[in-house]
Amino acid sequence: MAELTTYRESVAEGIAREMRRDPAVVCLGEDIGAAGGVFKTTVGLYEEFGPVRIRDTPISEQAIVGAAMGAAMTGLRPVAEIMFSDFLACCWDHVANEIPKVRYMTGGQVTVPLVIRTANGGGLGFGAQHSQAVENWAFAVPGLKVVAPATPSDVVGLMAAAIRSDDPVVFFEHKGLFASKGPPAPPEHLVPLGQAACLRTGTDVTLVALAATVPTALAAAERLTAEGVSAEVLDLRCLVPLDMRAVLESVARTSRLVVVEENPYQGGWGGTVASIVADEGFELLDAPIRRVAAACVPLPFADRLEDAVLPTVDTVAGAVRALAAY
Amino acid sequence: MGATVTRARTTRGEPAAPGGAPEMVQLLTPDGKRIDSARDPYGTEYTVDFTDQEYHKLYHDMVVIRRLDAEAEALQRQGELGIWASLRGQEAAQVGSGHALRPQDMAFPTYREHGVLYCRGIDPIMPLGLFRGVDQGGWDPSKFKFHMYTIVIGAQTLHATGYAMGVAKDGKVGGDDGEAVIAYFGDGATSQGDVNEAFVWSSVYHAPIVFFCQNNQYAISEPIERQTRVPLHQRANGFGFPGIRVDGNDVLASYAVTKAALDQARRGQGPTMIEAYTYRMGAHTTSDDPTRYRLAGEVEQWQAKDPILRLRTFLAEQQIAGDDFFQQTDAEAKAASQELRERVLALPDPQPVQLFDHVYPTGSAELDQQRAQFSAYLESFEGGAH
Repeated sequence: MAELTTYRESVAEGIAREMRRDPAVVCLGEDIGAAGGVFKTTVGLYEEFGPVRIRDTPISEQAIVGAAMGAAMTGLRPVAEIMFSDFLACCWDHVANEIPKVRYMTGGQVTVPLVIRTANGGGLGFGAQHSQAVENWAFAVPGLKVVAPATPSDVVGLMAAAIRSDDPVVFFEHKGLFASKGPPAPPEHLVPLGQAACLRTGTDVTLVALAATVPTALAAAERLTAEGVSAEVLDLRCLVPLDMRAVLESVARTSRLVVVEENPYQGGWGGTVASIVADEGFELLDAPIRRVAAACVPLPFADRLEDAVLPTVDTVAGAVRALAAY
Repeated sequence: MGATVTRARTTRGEPAAPGGAPEMVQLLTPDGKRIDSARDPYGTEYTVDFTDQEYHKLYHDMVVIRRLDAEAEALQRQGELGIWASLRGQEAAQVGSGHALRPQDMAFPTYREHGVLYCRGIDPIMPLGLFRGVDQGGWDPSKFKFHMYTIVIGAQTLHATGYAMGVAKDGKVGGDDGEAVIAYFGDGATSQGDVNEAFVWSSVYHAPIVFFCQNNQYAISEPIERQTRVPLHQRANGFGFPGIRVDGNDVLASYAVTKAALDQARRGQGPTMIEAYTYRMGAHTTSDDPTRYRLAGEVEQWQAKDPILRLRTFLAEQQIAGDDFFQQTDAEAKAASQELRERVLALPDPQPVQLFDHVYPTGSAELDQQRAQFSAYLESFEGGAH
């Protein structure tokens, strides 16, 4: 059996592959150099590529992404790290108003190929300001692409696609998945943006998941097998582009849909998935669409309370069970 | 353009003893008297050595841009533009610094930098297309080395900083032919986090950048006292690079100080902040009424320091230019403004489906679908597409 690798190591591997391939790729962020990143997701990069291409920066989130935009205008392909995705709020002007608008506002004359990497999501008890799943924030901004891998191999393949993309990409790495393991990415691995992965086929219900809700959905599907419910699990991998064709094709087979998302129910990306299925696939459905999402509260510090807010195997299985019986 | 800047020091260190140092660098007094040379608190001495033709060019550009600016304001008042931010009063700061830029230097403007835009050789109709709402401005930032007008206050200082870091990484800094970057912003922007982060980063990374702050005394209605308790140029010292105040209504000093700072940057000697001390003679924009928050007497005091009048007085007294030249320049400015008006009124309306263009450089299936739906909707009207 091939040696497994971690999601965490795959982040550095994915960046390193692109930096070897393209000298225009540079990284900037807080503690990404000698320290190897506070989540150890950039270990080895500083040693291999040196301080000019791996920039430890002052603690200035606005400058990390704002300067990345300016650097991209000189022909570089910056990979900017915002340590916790919660801190995107510190630099939201550049993420929402500047970077995704510059191409539009110059009539297509300025392109800023850059990646904003950030550690997203809960499950580790980091409290209300370091645990949020905020992929729906970026999802709401035209001009951004939004990526959120669930497996080590996808981290590498999607990182390659994100860095090579001329679009600005927000790349959400899930904190709860850093220690998870999987098969390493093969050489030259590239996962095109906007292609969902069907991780498990089924006939009774489709589970659409993203990042950390993927293993949750898979575990729920496994549990339901014993109860005679056959669940299909789709990993969206990206929110922009959104692979709705894969979702609709799956719903055509199963006729039932449960969306499993970590961001809050209110304003969460699953609302868009549900609305498109309602628009374009209403005749495919034999039951209402269900969304399992986080409660609309700040993430509690206590792990017991955090578990009560986030989607769990129990809550997903419960939703599927109810839907299967509809 | 030719000018001589004598630097009295070879390394950038502490400011020289403040005793006797002028409050700001000035080479042309408000009444048009030439000062041979001026020294900043760091000991750098500035002078200019222009030919008659170069003096003519500076005067011409200031007169033309003031006239074009007035025409744009009039067009807005007549309902032909959505909004306009007048540069009136700031022509010397913009034309002086704009002519100090070399072709390879990159500028990051605010929405008021019409004078710098003109100096960069961009068709002056471009920003009127933007504010008429028929396009997004349209100039190519990489061709003219002049970024798009940045509307959110202060954001461009960080883009400029990142650009400057990229220039340095590419090895384009270090000699007399190096590249430099200039970031324009106003007094109000100095209260933004972006600008302070840009100062920190440029200092720490020794970026080849000039921060050109036009202190026009007002951030919409808020006077400079609402932004700072120290002169703005002094802030630079706290960040670790020189800050120089220049008379922003003096085109000669604005040119000389900017040129010296850009040359420092291109040679790899780090950032400089320039505070061009000037005054916004008009409203913040056409949506603003300054009579609600400032006194007419204050405006009159600054009228006496007018940047164009003082250069005209100097040129006339020194017989560098005569009535023929002044009349000809006025006629040229008038003709340029009439041409601008005619061209603005003839700008075609945009095609509705264009709104889907240029969102994603590699396209988007979702937007393609929305464009197709919208096109079908437009074609559903009698007579086809509108």
